[in-house]
Amino acid sequence: MGRKLLLENAHIENIRLYDVYRQNGGYAAVEKAFKMAPADIVEEVKKSGLRGRGGAGFPTGMKWSFLAKPEGVPRYLVCNADESEPGTFKDRYLMEFIPHLLIEGLIVSSFALGSNRTYIYIRGEYAWIVDILEQAIAEAKAAGFLGKNILNTGFDCEIYVQRGAGAYICGEETALLESLEGKRGNPRIKPPFPAVKGLYGCPTVVNNVETLAAIVPIMNIGGEEYAKIGVGRSTGTKLISACGNINKPGIYEIDMTISVEEFIYSDEYCGGIPNGKRLKACIPGGSSVPILPANLLLKTAKGEPRMMTYESLADGGFPTGSMMGSGGFIVMDEDQCVVRHTMSLARFYRHESCGQCSPCREGTGWMEKILTNIENGRGKMSDIDLLWDIQSKIEGNTICPLGDAAAWPVAAAIRHFRDEFEWHVTNPDEALQRNFGLAHYADPIEVAATP
Amino acid sequence: MAEEKKLLKVTIDNITVEVEPGTTILMAARKIGGDIVPPTMCYYSKLQNTGGYCRTCLVRVAAGSTADPRPMPKLVASCRTAVMDGMIVENITNPAVLEARKGVVEFLLLNHPLDCPVCDQAGECDLQDLSYEHGAEATRYEFKRRTFERIDIGPYIQLHMTRCILCYRCVHTANQVAGNREHGVLDRGDHAQIATYIQKSLESPMIGNVIDVCPVGALTDRTFRFKNRVWFTKPVDAHRDCPHCKGKVRLWMRGDDVLRVTARKDQFGEVEEWICNECRFEKKQVSDWVIEGPTRLDRHSVINAGHYEKIEKPQEFLTEVMHGHAARILLDIHAVSDVNMVDLNVINGPATNATFNGNPKAVGTNVTDVKEGKGRNVAGTDSTNPNTP
Ligand SMILES: Cc1cc2nc3c(=O)[nH]c(=O)nc-3n(C[C@H](O)[C@H](O)[C@H](O)COP(=O)(O)O)c2cc1C
Ligand code: SF4
Ligand code: SF4
Ligand code: FES
Repeated sequence: MGRKLLLENAHIENIRLYDVYRQNGGYAAVEKAFKMAPADIVEEVKKSGLRGRGGAGFPTGMKWSFLAKPEGVPRYLVCNADESEPGTFKDRYLMEFIPHLLIEGLIVSSFALGSNRTYIYIRGEYAWIVDILEQAIAEAKAAGFLGKNILNTGFDCEIYVQRGAGAYICGEETALLESLEGKRGNPRIKPPFPAVKGLYGCPTVVNNVETLAAIVPIMNIGGEEYAKIGVGRSTGTKLISACGNINKPGIYEIDMTISVEEFIYSDEYCGGIPNGKRLKACIPGGSSVPILPANLLLKTAKGEPRMMTYESLADGGFPTGSMMGSGGFIVMDEDQCVVRHTMSLARFYRHESCGQCSPCREGTGWMEKILTNIENGRGKMSDIDLLWDIQSKIEGNTICPLGDAAAWPVAAAIRHFRDEFEWHVTNPDEALQRNFGLAHYADPIEVAATP
Repeated sequence: MAEEKKLLKVTIDNITVEVEPGTTILMAARKIGGDIVPPTMCYYSKLQNTGGYCRTCLVRVAAGSTADPRPMPKLVASCRTAVMDGMIVENITNPAVLEARKGVVEFLLLNHPLDCPVCDQAGECDLQDLSYEHGAEATRYEFKRRTFERIDIGPYIQLHMTRCILCYRCVHTANQVAGNREHGVLDRGDHAQIATYIQKSLESPMIGNVIDVCPVGALTDRTFRFKNRVWFTKPVDAHRDCPHCKGKVRLWMRGDDVLRVTARKDQFGEVEEWICNECRFEKKQVSDWVIEGPTRLDRHSVINAGHYEKIEKPQEFLTEVMHGHAARILLDIHAVSDVNMVDLNVINGPATNATFNGNPKAVGTNVTDVKEGKGRNVAGTDSTNPNTP
């Protein structure tokens, strides 16, 4: 049984309420942190090796230490609860079932960073969670953990919940800040980075819900202890939202020591593939990261077992690896069609592109149209190369990473499943009738010698 | 003692230049000038916070600075990247940059209607120049292009959203010059559009400048619509005492008629000084202006192409080449029509056959009529397009 830090108490009845949460050791981290100097908290987070859980995996302690601290200018902490990546639904679970964990993490982090006004920017569709969070904030305030002069330290802090309007792009940190300021949610052009000029032009830190919740166990057990969990630079525990063709979809807290194979097949986690089907492919970290065929998913190109860690999932780079991303683990069995799947992702990105920069605005729509043609038996062989060319001209040439996120799934699908695209072109009728592409990708198959 | 500002050295395509701190790569390249200047579609040096959107100005930074000579991992938008001392930049010397730029041009043209033959911007369109210089010959796009209804936003400006490349210049202009923004970008992605909120009109007295900053024919001057092709008109610099702006303008003349008034633009196609709506739309008489002299244009050569003084018909040589046949001039532009002797300059509005039926002033409803509620355009459709009723 892996170690649980975030969801340890999530099953306790009424843990959503302050009293229950408090009885189970809640808010001890705040009490501990407020006896420390803010800089020491940042140091502790650095020691923990915690990496951002929002997708990019940037070391949180380092991010915090970059925060500019000019005199007389407020600083802000913003919690990114926009969670809109297809396949990712871990933050929702955290906020819905143990909201005080996030609030506690936010109070500690606000203290560490000197943020007197802290915002939770939450995805518009999570309307009912806003009520849960606001109740938790009110309870924490009543208990004296928020408001003026918290625990007699002289530190004031308020937490506000702001609902978005349901745009994926508002999860990108600068678009989020624009939206929070009441403007159109267009990503900003960087530099300046939020650490220097963020919300209302002031230094700002944007962190994911899970990242900020993880501050609580780090405070409780200490950074060094936290860093002992996991492997290498993948420290601590990570929430994985598993979905697709598995027996037990849901949220799992893993301690980043298990293999992908164990995660999919063991009863403790996903419980294997239902209906006796075989594994065909998997997107291990949310829709933006490259899809991997079963053979490359379970073993790296070097033949080593692939582990559920940042490093191992990325092993091999784009040619044969993928990414941890935001932990949205999407499993596809042999009946799933990669072309159809890629088409629906392309449709998502086309719909969610903010339209500021031309490669992403025009390229995503173009890719969607070509993929729709291929999927519906109207494709040409040359379309596959064209798709490749389009994605390569989007990737790296855009303002924000959404362009890359739209390009990578298409690139990976063509890279690993090219013959499935070709099969759609050569057998259009069959592709329309039984839409599951080529089953021969299903495991066990050999890792190609030269990927 | 005032500290002397240290100049930064930056090398662009093997040419080194010294610039002030805070200068962008693009402005450094413009200081050098010539072919190495990256093309721009959205950046506008006269406005704040523009640029970064279109990605045509992408360059590669081969070395970040003397202190940190690592290359930048991605291509960067030169209009939004500040130079560092010792930076080495590759523009036209790097095939990857040219390839990426070609991609950007293709993306920009993807949903563009390519209706240059009927577009008033033709001849002074940044997108035309860009695709001519950097684009591919043919499109690989096989789908229906996105289209929008053409709308008149107010008495002076027509919005042809289908042509828009979403460069945001007009949005910044409305914010920073007109002072009162009544339009903006609605929706997102490839269905984003420039629009007013529920089709209001743009009424700020400086709003006409959006026409000048628009790199394509998406925002055009309704008072000039279909009057003439820009390369047949003659640019003349003029000024007047204007209570609202500096009054320094460029008149686009045909014979003695002022067909259009615009702001003066510099060699990069950017407005030198903003002008007000009154100068732009209301002062169409030569007598309104003090003429300074003909404009020297060096950028949009196509405009120069129309400016011959007299037509010399080649004689001897052509006859030989054409096997003894006499040469025929295909397009002979002059004020009085050779066919029916109508002076084209006195036609008020676009010519139709009625124009030539003995009464040169028979047709043409212009903006003044519309504003007064007269003419064919009371329904609010396009005022000067002869093809719409
Ligand atoms: C298009 C796009 C969408 C994103 N959506 C989210 C999101 O929903 N939630 C999130 O936490 N981070 C999201 N991110 C990542 C954020 O930009 C940012 O990296 C993150 O909030 C940083 O927090 P962390 O350091 O705690 O991971 C998104 C990024 C992009 C480019
Ligand atoms: S990459 Fe896409 S989403 Fe990001 S700024 Fe550009 S158009 Fe907007
Ligand atoms: S209307 Fe013209 S200026 Fe405005 S965004 Fe479109 S192309 Fe740019
Ligand atoms: S001019 Fe630089 S991105 Fe458009």
